[in-house]
Amino acid sequence: MFSLDDMIQFLPSLLQGAVLTITVSLLAFCLALACGLATGIARMSRLWPLRVPAAVYIQFIRGTPLLLQLFFIYYVLPYVGIVLSPFVSGVLGLTLNYTAYMAEVFRSGIQAIPKGQWEAGASVGMSRRLMLRRIILPQAIRIIIPSIGNFFVSIFKDSALVSVITMRDLMFSGQLLASATYKHFEIFTMVAAIYFLISYPSAKFVEWVEMRLDVARRPVVLGIRT
Amino acid sequence: MVFAVEAPAVLGNEAEPIIRLDRIWKSFGRLEVLTDVSLTVQKGEVVCIIGPSGAGKSTLLRCINHLESIDSGSIHFEGRPVYRYIRAGRAVTDSDKRIEAIRAQIGMVFQSFNLFPHLTVLGNVTEAPVHVLNEPAGQADERGMAVLRKVGLAGKAGAYPHQLSGGQQQRVAIARALAMNPKVMLFDEATSALDPELVGDVLRVMRQLASEGMTMVVVTHEMDFARDVADRVIFMDQGAIVEQGPPHIVFTAPRSPRTQQFLHSILNRNGNLDGSLPPEPIDNSGQATTGGHHE
Ligand SMILES: Nc1ncnc2c1ncn2[C@@H]1O[C@H](COP(=O)(O)OP(=O)(O)OP(=O)(O)O)[C@@H](O)[C@H]1O
Ligand SMILES: [Mg+2]
Repeated sequence: MFSLDDMIQFLPSLLQGAVLTITVSLLAFCLALACGLATGIARMSRLWPLRVPAAVYIQFIRGTPLLLQLFFIYYVLPYVGIVLSPFVSGVLGLTLNYTAYMAEVFRSGIQAIPKGQWEAGASVGMSRRLMLRRIILPQAIRIIIPSIGNFFVSIFKDSALVSVITMRDLMFSGQLLASATYKHFEIFTMVAAIYFLISYPSAKFVEWVEMRLDVARRPVVLGIRT
Repeated sequence: MVFAVEAPAVLGNEAEPIIRLDRIWKSFGRLEVLTDVSLTVQKGEVVCIIGPSGAGKSTLLRCINHLESIDSGSIHFEGRPVYRYIRAGRAVTDSDKRIEAIRAQIGMVFQSFNLFPHLTVLGNVTEAPVHVLNEPAGQADERGMAVLRKVGLAGKAGAYPHQLSGGQQQRVAIARALAMNPKVMLFDEATSALDPELVGDVLRVMRQLASEGMTMVVVTHEMDFARDVADRVIFMDQGAIVEQGPPHIVFTAPRSPRTQQFLHSILNRNGNLDGSLPPEPIDNSGQATTGGHHE
């Protein structure tokens, strides 16, 4: 059933789609990482004008489907005069969505650090900002990394949803080819294979990062002196 | 009943006390933890605070560096009102920056050490000098090593906190506070979390600090330490200072029945004033703590 000719014929356009899938995913991931940290910190702020909007945002995003969020950005925003390209809409949608989830991960990671760490920092005159950067986050990051790693793997798959707003990602390219050639079996098998070839190395990459951090946590035990 | 609450005459020193708490009140929800507490600490003075669990000793200490905020009253540091106070009839709250600047001058040692686990011993000690005082790293390292030598841990500079015994960790915590060249050191039961055989090392460092003239406010259950080192002992109970005075008076001739009762219970547990107080579970072997030669 699979013919090499077909594969060679479909591959270039699928790979093009794959490049876009990877681009959108990586872009959204990095943006969401930064925005998630900021939102997570805002969510814990002592200032309600930061805390309340952050909380509302997180609840709102987590309470609605990503698909709907993408529709809103692409089809609803034009009604208020904001017209975005499929690419920008896709990246924006994924970023906004992942930001909310990452914010919660950052928040819970930061809150898992014992209060005594903050108090010790405060007692030597550190500002909250400095403590967060130098004391709390370096410890929280070890707690946070596994969840962030899961996001990193899942964003490649979630990004398939951007095909619904006509972005020519891997999923969209597959659909186009399939509806033109009716070779669903070959095409979607290839699409699946390519998604897997993206996800699997990223999962391995995450494992590698976790392992490295784990090693860093256990410094070589020094011989006991004196 | 409040006995002798006024500060003792300290060396006829006319100077401003370094810390002055004036009629402070503090509650957690409906629980009144500090009720109208006033306290002055002179430069170079060692004040030990004793009292039963829940008396408000920790809370009092934590108000001094604003880890807890007071509900009313005022706190003066080197003669100036700090944190929250009334000026010209208006309530003023110090900026975060000013609060941080004051905290930088007040060292604190916690019962649970609270070392930074991701930093080495030297990293713990130099963290604030480098990032709060903006000291050059080389100079901070040098001074860091000097304070570590002082607490007897120069050899552990590169170790991580989890590789140290409790006593060593607490001495690193003391070094971390000392590295800021504080004007006052606050100790909150610095030895209570330690195995009995490790208490001595920490107390030795504290004694040395006291002998060098460091101003210290020490919440402790170590009655020996209080008796030998304190210029003044304060007995707190139920959120108030019940009695204070020189250790030989408070320990041998306490005037308040509550102080008497407290000391009685402590000394009974302890056998005598010369032993160090055993931690929580009391072993019933009836053995007096005479074996002072650990290690
Ligand atoms: N953050 C808090 N929230 C609510 N209650 C608190 C808080 N901190 C302390 N308390 C309560 O305030 C009272 C005084 O506590 P504090 O820690 O000052 O006592 P203490 O004299 O240090 O006792 P201990 O010898 O057990 O350390 C206690 O009843 C305690 O439960
Ligand atoms: Mg306490």
